[in-house]
Amino acid sequence: MTSVLYDAPGPKARRMSRIISYVGVAVIAFGVVALVLALGAPKASANGAVQPGLWDLSRWDVFNDLEVWRSLGRGALATLEMAGVAAVLALVLGVLFSFGRASDTAWIRVPTTVVLEFFRGMPVLLMMLFVLLVFSTGSFWAGVAALAVYNGAIIGEALRAGIKALPRGQREAGLAIGLTPIATRLRIEFPQAFRQMLPIIIAQLVVLLKDTSLAFVVGYSELLRSMRDLTNFFGNRYSFSFFFVVLVIYLAMNLSLSWLARRIARRGGS
Amino acid sequence: MDAVIDNLPVFLEGFRNTLGLLVISGVGALILGLIVAGLRISPIGSFRGFATVYTEIIRNTPLTLILFFCAFLLPYLQFSPGYFTLAAIGLTVYTSPFVAEAVRSGINGVHVGQAEAARSIGLGFGQSLAFVILPQALRMVVPPLINVFIALAKNTSVAGAFFVFELFGAARQVTNDRGDQVLAILLAVAVFYLLITVTLGIIAGRVEKRVAVLR
Repeated sequence: MTSVLYDAPGPKARRMSRIISYVGVAVIAFGVVALVLALGAPKASANGAVQPGLWDLSRWDVFNDLEVWRSLGRGALATLEMAGVAAVLALVLGVLFSFGRASDTAWIRVPTTVVLEFFRGMPVLLMMLFVLLVFSTGSFWAGVAALAVYNGAIIGEALRAGIKALPRGQREAGLAIGLTPIATRLRIEFPQAFRQMLPIIIAQLVVLLKDTSLAFVVGYSELLRSMRDLTNFFGNRYSFSFFFVVLVIYLAMNLSLSWLARRIARRGGS
Repeated sequence: MDAVIDNLPVFLEGFRNTLGLLVISGVGALILGLIVAGLRISPIGSFRGFATVYTEIIRNTPLTLILFFCAFLLPYLQFSPGYFTLAAIGLTVYTSPFVAEAVRSGINGVHVGQAEAARSIGLGFGQSLAFVILPQALRMVVPPLINVFIALAKNTSVAGAFFVFELFGAARQVTNDRGDQVLAILLAVAVFYLLITVTLGIIAGRVEKRVAVLR
């Protein structure tokens, strides 16, 4: 543990920090247990009827139904489908944006910069509504288009930073051996910038995956919508259970992508 | 165009609510985020672990899901102070780990040699923190923090889907009434959002130039 804030602890400090650590763990564990118990405690509602606690089996028996899992699976699949299509388009757009942004011609560079700033400064949700209403594409393509444009803008900026960080000699060497400027960029600069920026790009893809849940607002039936529909169908009694399971599914998807990003970041040092 | 002009009061009310959400949850996220960052860089392992788990879980949960919890499940657990407050709570919680990460990277970005130099001239922990490390860390933290707030400004739009009447909610309502002028209405709302995000972006650029730490 290197921190600018303190020295490597000596034996006394280590003992002290161990004691505080134990106390801290105890306090935190106590807090978590208290929260779990509070959630599990039966509640009396206004008319005097007692509702079972949130961990009560009667709130979870719905997961014995295979149809519930099928519905959640369909939702997760729809989420991944939108994220996948949008990710591919965002990467393509990102390359195009960084091309325009790093262009030598002001006529290309300046408009691209303005467009990029515009896309980056707008909420994704507003863009989805925009595409949905103006181009009447249906909710899937509205979500995909907004996510692709927004994340493409951010990936484009990352790629541009990657190209800028390359040593100047890389481009000069490409030009010197007779490649055209475009070929130099495509065959020498992009592969390096892409590799350098891969962790950032994957982190952005996690954001994209999370943001697919916004498409729920414009009516796309993804994981969150499945949760909503299941709650409506089986009743409010199960709302917490469905929420909990959907949260776990999202965490599983996103954490494994983040983990992949970290692994690549560690390996990409070469 | 007349749909925009006729409904200007509606947009302005939405704009006010957006700004309100931004300021309230911004301040909340700053406080919560500083606490989490403090836990994250503390010498005590269990605090670090707790802050890490908190950060990872919140950061990997969609904002929509968090607001869903706030808008539907908190009232179900007999906590219902109104949708505006609930949305502000959700946005605060969602933004806090990003604040914490920005602050942490700022403090860890201070060169170790600076702390060593401070200690070698006889400054204590508190003194080296107050006179040497924090002044440099805070300068480095401000631009990424502003970026976090820009993201927050855009995220307030999600609250519009959960019964809060802010800019996005206003856009939805007015487009429902005036389906013939969708383009003008949405562009007008986009201008309002850009008013916030571009301003913050310019401030970030200025601050970055003025307080950059020379190496």
